[in-house]
Amino acid sequence: MPDSNSLVANPVLLFEGPEWDFEKLRRVHAAIEEIAIGELGLDVYPNQIEVITSEQMLDAYASIGLPLMYRHWSFGKRFAHEEMLYRRGLQGLAYEIVINSSPCISYIMEENSMAMQTLVIAHAAFGHNHFFKNNFLFRQWTDATGILDYLAFARDYVTHTEEQVGTEAVERVLDAAHALMNHGVHRYARRPKLNLEDERRREEERRRFFEESYDDIWRTAQLPGRNTPKTLEEREQERADMRRKLGLPEENILYFLEKQAPRLKPWQRELLRIARHISQYFYPQKQTKMMNEGCATFVHYEIIHRLHEKGLIGDGALLEIMHSHTSVIAQPDYDDPRFNGFNPYALGFAMMCDIKRICTAPTDEDRAWFPEFAGNGDPYGTLRHAWANYRDESFVLQYLSPHLIREFRLFKVLDDAEADAMLVDAIHDERGYREIRRALARLYDLARHDPDIQIRDVDLAGDRCLVLAHAVHNGIELDESSTRAVLEQLSTLWGYGIRLEERDATTDRVIKTHEVAAKRS
Amino acid sequence: MNIIDRRPNPKGKSLTNRQRFIDRARGEVREALADALKRRKLGEAGGGEKIAIPTRGITEPVFRSSSRGGKREYVAPGNKKFVAGDRIERPQGGQGGGRSSASNEDNGEQDAFEFVLSREEFLDLFFEDLELPDLIKTRLRESEATQLTRAGFSVSGSPSNLNLVRTMRNSLARRISLHRPRADEIEAIERQVQAATAADDAEGAAQGLHDLETAQRRSRRVAYIDPVDVRYNRYERVPKPNTQAVMFCLMDVSGSMTEAMKDLAKRFFLLLHVFLERRYKQVNVVFIRHTSNAQEVDEDTFFHSRETGGTIVSTALEEMLRVVRERYSPDNWNIYAAQASDGDNYTEDSDRCSTLLGQEILPITQYFAYIEVGAEATLRHGFPSPATDLWRTYAQVGEQHQNFAMRRVADPTQIFPVFHELFAKHRAEA
Repeated sequence: MPDSNSLVANPVLLFEGPEWDFEKLRRVHAAIEEIAIGELGLDVYPNQIEVITSEQMLDAYASIGLPLMYRHWSFGKRFAHEEMLYRRGLQGLAYEIVINSSPCISYIMEENSMAMQTLVIAHAAFGHNHFFKNNFLFRQWTDATGILDYLAFARDYVTHTEEQVGTEAVERVLDAAHALMNHGVHRYARRPKLNLEDERRREEERRRFFEESYDDIWRTAQLPGRNTPKTLEEREQERADMRRKLGLPEENILYFLEKQAPRLKPWQRELLRIARHISQYFYPQKQTKMMNEGCATFVHYEIIHRLHEKGLIGDGALLEIMHSHTSVIAQPDYDDPRFNGFNPYALGFAMMCDIKRICTAPTDEDRAWFPEFAGNGDPYGTLRHAWANYRDESFVLQYLSPHLIREFRLFKVLDDAEADAMLVDAIHDERGYREIRRALARLYDLARHDPDIQIRDVDLAGDRCLVLAHAVHNGIELDESSTRAVLEQLSTLWGYGIRLEERDATTDRVIKTHEVAAKRS
Repeated sequence: MNIIDRRPNPKGKSLTNRQRFIDRARGEVREALADALKRRKLGEAGGGEKIAIPTRGITEPVFRSSSRGGKREYVAPGNKKFVAGDRIERPQGGQGGGRSSASNEDNGEQDAFEFVLSREEFLDLFFEDLELPDLIKTRLRESEATQLTRAGFSVSGSPSNLNLVRTMRNSLARRISLHRPRADEIEAIERQVQAATAADDAEGAAQGLHDLETAQRRSRRVAYIDPVDVRYNRYERVPKPNTQAVMFCLMDVSGSMTEAMKDLAKRFFLLLHVFLERRYKQVNVVFIRHTSNAQEVDEDTFFHSRETGGTIVSTALEEMLRVVRERYSPDNWNIYAAQASDGDNYTEDSDRCSTLLGQEILPITQYFAYIEVGAEATLRHGFPSPATDLWRTYAQVGEQHQNFAMRRVADPTQIFPVFHELFAKHRAEA
């Protein structure tokens, strides 16, 4: 670059060369903050940036990205694996990890060059941070100010319990809890718990009604059912009552066990509760991975370009950042050996750039598809609205444009085990847009990704067998061996036998049953 | 905004978890190790090891949809030629081959879980349950070497052993309890006096001077560091176990030894060397090869050069004794020896061998292992091959000596079991 010399000499550059120091970080952060808040209108938690080594980054990987975690062998397994991949050069480390907490903690690695640190600060400390603070799922389900304290509590509790009852006993419970972690979240806001006051009032009402309608004739009359064996209906009624009292059906298996499992000790219930809380904390992240990454990528892209336009970073830094940016958002085609599904960064970033395009330079097609915001001239406002109010599934359903479908050349394939070949049933053309959009959105629907399993019944009168039901959609059943393994874990917690019925979602017909006999731990 | 440097935080946060993981997978890891060992070369002695263990014991099961059956939908990017209504062959690997974003998160079953054991972990597992036999002689000699060890503090000693921290701590405690005025306190009084003088406050100045004098007197009387404060690091001489060992590798390199046999011997020597290295700070290795005469050689020559000639085993034993006399006095060294041979010996030499071994070598060695590398065919088919000359000779000697062991090996896979057998803990206890 012939003119790079003059740029390097430019005194307004925030930094030169690859070396970073704390002063430069502070300067860069301030400059980015000005753009992020002033121009993009982001709303973020206060930032806390922590510099760590690559080894500490591996540690953080192993404990599922959290800064503190209780001890468990499975984290060691993850660590061993990540470490091998890293040491053999099969996989680079992430440049950053960001924690949904207030203050929002971003870990950045000491190996990064100053240009990369700039990218990371824009990406994590502003992009992710804004998303965490504003998206409705995070607002509704996670408590950003309390999570670090809770994790500290969890770690200490597990350590303390290990000292009291032994590592092995604790590990057994945690193993089982981890197996059920995906089924330890409340997907919907719960109905408020009945409180004593309400209960009393209801009881009062019932008694009054009984007194008012009392008639001695009924007492003396010979009615069928009294002193005679209970009818089938009555027994059914009783069981239904019992189910209602236990809060069945219940899809949060860990919650049910914590509250209702008959043989658990208090510390075991507490461990289940910890696993459940951590799972719940991650639930929004699983549902918004694509949006979250897209938001952060879009934000860093805009910010870096603004920094460059304002002459705050040099051409060299811009090129270095763009190099890493483009490799992050690469989306290989389906027939590429590197293809491994959709890259959440690529799709999220592309959709958000597309929204910006629609806001500022819409075509007629865009106007027809997105009348609400096409050409409104406020891309950032539109995006902020999307970031706040959607999750991956609804975001795709709402915002995926025909333009983008063509650009990605998306196509949809139907794979029916009955048929002898797969069928391409929609491509990027006028007839296919809506179908592709619907199908892609469904792929991001977590409720369809995780098997739909509920606790249906408990045979309290008999052998206390716990009955689960898996709703089979489109004839896709559970994997035999892993299901068996999970059920065995589950039976150590429940203490009695388990039966899992696979029922067709439309007909409620039982297709298959998995059973595990009682196992005492 | 807050920047925190976490780099100085303690490292190895995951070490406990890692240890727990290895403990859990111990059985699988050991199996995998034995496998890995067969492929190992001598040059990699004692390094870390990449191992792959079956996921059986370490799976973390979750409810998962089966990967076959049912109706599925995929959306993929990069359409090149398809139009709606096209039929495509299912990709190899059955249904679910056309991966979608929904199924890429965990690719489900991995057949094997791969990770790298560190050198320490590798050796710990590898030599678990193994013990060096016959340490009695070492214990008898223990008192000869001593070592300085920290042993608390003393009130006397040489200046170089002065323990500053302890000394200053005592000094501080004494100064506080005796109310020795601090330097800044004296300065404060001086300033007070000056201020009073400047303000023509005669009474204040006199009072100040008096205070100053008291303080100065007190500070002179109470020493900053008093001899009672001084502490020295104390060292004690502790007898230490003899920590050096020498290992003799004796091998027959005559024409009858094939490359395969040498390879077997090499593997055994390697194992022994790594094992000794863990027990002793310093392990010297002496390579002695022999045909009809013996010589000490370097490792490369030992394993790779080839000689022709007859076989006289006693020459090697003599050579070993010579080296011991010259360089490795049994008083200072733990002596181990391993001999590998195909069992051929010059018949007239047998008596001499048994005398040398039984009367001169075994009394001074900790342990002598004899490995007979056999022709594979005979052993593999289970026919009891006739005992060789050397085997018969050594068998007689072995009956009288505890620190002698002999085994036959025909196949690389047997090396590890044989080694285990030789050094298993229960054997050491017996």
